Amino acid sequence: MTTLNWGSISSMLVLFGTAILVVTVASLIKSSKKDLLVQVMTALGGLGGLAAVIIYWHRVSSDGAKLSFADTVRIDHLALFIIGVISSIVFLSALTLKSFFAREKLFRAVTTEIYVLILLSATGGAIMASANDLIVLFMGLEVLSLAAYILAASNIRKAQSQESGMKYFVIGAFASGFFLYGIALIYGATGSTKLAQISQKLVSGAFVDDGFLLGGIALFLVGLLFKVSAVPFHVWTPDVYEGAPSPFVAFMSSAVKVAGFVALIRVLGGALIESAADWQPIIYAVSIASMAVGTLAALVQTNVKRILAYSSIAHAGYILIGIQAATKDGFAASLWYLAIYAMLAFASFSIVAAREGAISGNSINDPNHIDNYRGLASKQPFLAVIFAILLLAQAGVPPTSGFYAKFSVISAVVDARSYPLAIVAMIIAVAAAFIYIRLLIVMFFTPADSSLLGGATMSKTAFSKTTSKTMSPITQLDASENSDATFDKWKKLGANKLNLAVLTLAAAFTIAMGVYPAPLLELAQSAAQSLV
Amino acid sequence: MEGFPILTVLIFVPLVGTAVISALPARFEKATVARNTAVGFSLVTLVLAAIVLIDFDTAIGSLQFVDRATWIAPSGIQWLVGVNGISIFMVALTAFLFPLCFIFLKQPEQNRRPYFALILMLQSGCLGAFLAQDLFLFFVFFEVVLVPMYFLIGRFGHARAKFASAKFFIFTMAGSALMLVGILAVALLTANKTGAPLTFDVESLAIADALSVAEARWVFLAFAIGFGVKVPLFPIHIWLPDAHTEAPTAGSIILAGVLLKLGTYGFLRFGIFLFPEAADFFAPVLMGLAVVGILYGAVVATMQKDLKRLVAYSSIAHLGFVVLGLFALNSQGISGAVLQMLNHGLSTGALFLLVGYLYERRHTRQISELEGIQKVAPIFAALFTVVMLSSIGLPGLNGFVGEFLILLGAFDAHRWFAVVATSGVILAAVYLLWAYKRVFHGPVEGENAKTPDLKWKERIGVGLFIVPIVLIGVYPRLLLNRIEPAVDNTIAHIQNVIGTEIDLTGEHESPHSEEGGEHR
Repeated sequence: MTTLNWGSISSMLVLFGTAILVVTVASLIKSSKKDLLVQVMTALGGLGGLAAVIIYWHRVSSDGAKLSFADTVRIDHLALFIIGVISSIVFLSALTLKSFFAREKLFRAVTTEIYVLILLSATGGAIMASANDLIVLFMGLEVLSLAAYILAASNIRKAQSQESGMKYFVIGAFASGFFLYGIALIYGATGSTKLAQISQKLVSGAFVDDGFLLGGIALFLVGLLFKVSAVPFHVWTPDVYEGAPSPFVAFMSSAVKVAGFVALIRVLGGALIESAADWQPIIYAVSIASMAVGTLAALVQTNVKRILAYSSIAHAGYILIGIQAATKDGFAASLWYLAIYAMLAFASFSIVAAREGAISGNSINDPNHIDNYRGLASKQPFLAVIFAILLLAQAGVPPTSGFYAKFSVISAVVDARSYPLAIVAMIIAVAAAFIYIRLLIVMFFTPADSSLLGGATMSKTAFSKTTSKTMSPITQLDASENSDATFDKWKKLGANKLNLAVLTLAAAFTIAMGVYPAPLLELAQSAAQSLV
Repeated sequence: MEGFPILTVLIFVPLVGTAVISALPARFEKATVARNTAVGFSLVTLVLAAIVLIDFDTAIGSLQFVDRATWIAPSGIQWLVGVNGISIFMVALTAFLFPLCFIFLKQPEQNRRPYFALILMLQSGCLGAFLAQDLFLFFVFFEVVLVPMYFLIGRFGHARAKFASAKFFIFTMAGSALMLVGILAVALLTANKTGAPLTFDVESLAIADALSVAEARWVFLAFAIGFGVKVPLFPIHIWLPDAHTEAPTAGSIILAGVLLKLGTYGFLRFGIFLFPEAADFFAPVLMGLAVVGILYGAVVATMQKDLKRLVAYSSIAHLGFVVLGLFALNSQGISGAVLQMLNHGLSTGALFLLVGYLYERRHTRQISELEGIQKVAPIFAALFTVVMLSSIGLPGLNGFVGEFLILLGAFDAHRWFAVVATSGVILAAVYLLWAYKRVFHGPVEGENAKTPDLKWKERIGVGLFIVPIVLIGVYPRLLLNRIEPAVDNTIAHIQNVIGTEIDLTGEHESPHSEEGGEHR
């Protein structure tokens, strides 16, 4: 049955094809419209991927999952669900990027490459989502990650961005090594890299060695838990997120993370479901550690990007709760959480990006310091309200999507009778609420004051750190004279409006999913049902 | 009116108001447009609530005006609202207090649109919580209320509002966090054991009564923490004095008048109704905490230097009485508790209104800086006296009837708690009368001498509180006629369940779980 079912991977092909097309077109056209053209093409690529997913969803509903490429690719509802999420993020990313390029004056330097990298990274995520073989999974992971490393380092004007890219690359390479080693050991134990066959071997008990298998699972988990930044493999996350350009952090914290989690769900929930008793305790511990460490660390940060980075670690813990339950409901809850959180993280970091843009004139200070959000409610009420909705959703307050996400993962573990985990998770959620409350207080209840003009309220350490780290010599020279002009240009481009539209859409989605979660929940449930 | 989903409309009218006010363009900021819109929407709500109250069939103890629709099908969650003789008065109180806050209080200098939008959102949340008959739906409204209240305190409050609002949010959220686990546990365990599809419908969960005694006690405990924070019970009351004191006057009135009732109402409707045996088991603990709260609240209120803080602490004492009545678990106790919830909303609401008026005039709430106000503001003093006496529980005014019934019921159930609690009635007289003496009597000098008396509009505002205060005091039957059938219904359910539980512990326990096992 070695059919090459091209139609089934159409969504992947759309993303990949758009990437190729963007490179080609961009190298042929020299006009000043190039940037706009490339942006539109990328956005259409994202939309096309989404459309392909929607079309194929019904085919899969009626005909069942499609296997192709010698059974190494499996297009089922799970794959389509995740590809749909990733494609949507690509679409939204493409819309928001322009303002960033304008602000950082990156036009004609790297813009085309960045759109291509986003599309390639998304393709890698799509490959991971539909992988039915550990080797294919690894290929997807590498395509996804390599593009993301470059994205993190892509602001050629900032040393911090390059530092971030380097860190991400070195640690990511390490993780990939573990992952590959894990695959090798699992192969050694079961004699196959195909998920379905691994599962069969485990069911029949016909595998070589228990030690191999356990070692394989452990290394495999180390590799993937790095990718989803769960404690204790999280240390890279705040540093990388802080240094990388904010719009790409928005992409990494949503699309890249979704892909990492789908690999976990596919392998743990599909191939390794029989040995759930082996991996459940690990996920249990990692999930509690992620929630606790992420929350406590976020409470003491002063940089909004770092706050959100640690909060994303805590959220990874919540998503793992659903996986820990090892039931279809649990996986469905995690998938739903994942889709919701992808939007929340994307929009939150996009707001950070927008804020950076608005205060880029103040380049000497840390533009993401929490003090820069003082009195945002009176300066940019609309942005502040959107951010408030996103933050309340992350805190899990109804009627936002975040509440129902938390409700469904807790529901899954209560159903599995893991009451201690449910109680610990809810108690940590209360502490976590303070992370978001703190930002709300700064935005809504603290009047804007002179802190934007000078570093008066910043601690000395933060000051010296940012001056030495953030700026490469080039930027220090031209930022002072050109930043106002850049900002004006940014506004003139109308990019601001487009960003606001995307953010409004995200906020509307957050409320809508909280008020009426049923449709997306049903999609997540049928995605979870399609696990082997 | 047949088939018209009046309760659903009731919940959404204020929310539509929020949307309309949020959409008002910025040029209306300075005018009274936002306020008038808010008044309009809250009056429509009041009319709808009045229709429900009039159409309400006093003979029926079960739910009326039920609207039911599937909401989140995969989880068995319904949009299920209904009203009984207990919740109807909570709804009436909510519908009554909000328009008063809009009409009779000064609007803030700036950010008027968010102010009114938030308060209307708060009203929607409160109405929803009182009407919801699905545990999930109730929890959503219970939590939704936090958000507007948080912003109301934080943005429009006094000097330490930032701190108070965060404390309020975190405390309440901490309480409800465990309650969420409890809600899930009761729904999922019931579905597992009975084999019926997952549902959060309170009535069917109560009838199924599938949890074992130990499970029910744990879940009740989770509920008790959630509601206990909201009530607030001693020792988890510590958010209340700050939140009440730092909130703007409208916030304090709503917080005391309506939000605290969510806790006591929740105890009755969800805690006691779902887990009668556990409620009976924990009754001595909760009544003990209630009595401590009554005495502690009263003693601490006596010591307060800030008039608003004094009223805040008096709330702890009053709500202690309500909890005492609820866990007497008999007809007098629960009827008295329901009546006392309403009374507290009226008299403490009115006290906060008067303290707010005083603050507008003198820009201080420190008792030591106020003296002899009675001489320059006699009407103010007179109205304050009436409201204060109602709060103390003077016969002929509303407070007396409720407290009397509660003490009667409590004496019947656990006599020593009632005996100790009675001293709280005397303490209430001590702290209020002493505060009254210091603020209103004595020589009038300096700034105090320039205190203007209440304007006509303000007199009407306070007067609207005093009408029901006197009415309930003189003719409580009017309310008790509606409350008692619902209370009897609850009591019958309690006796029914406790009766069978005692049987079950011996023989029927094991077949029960076997039956559950088959369906797994």
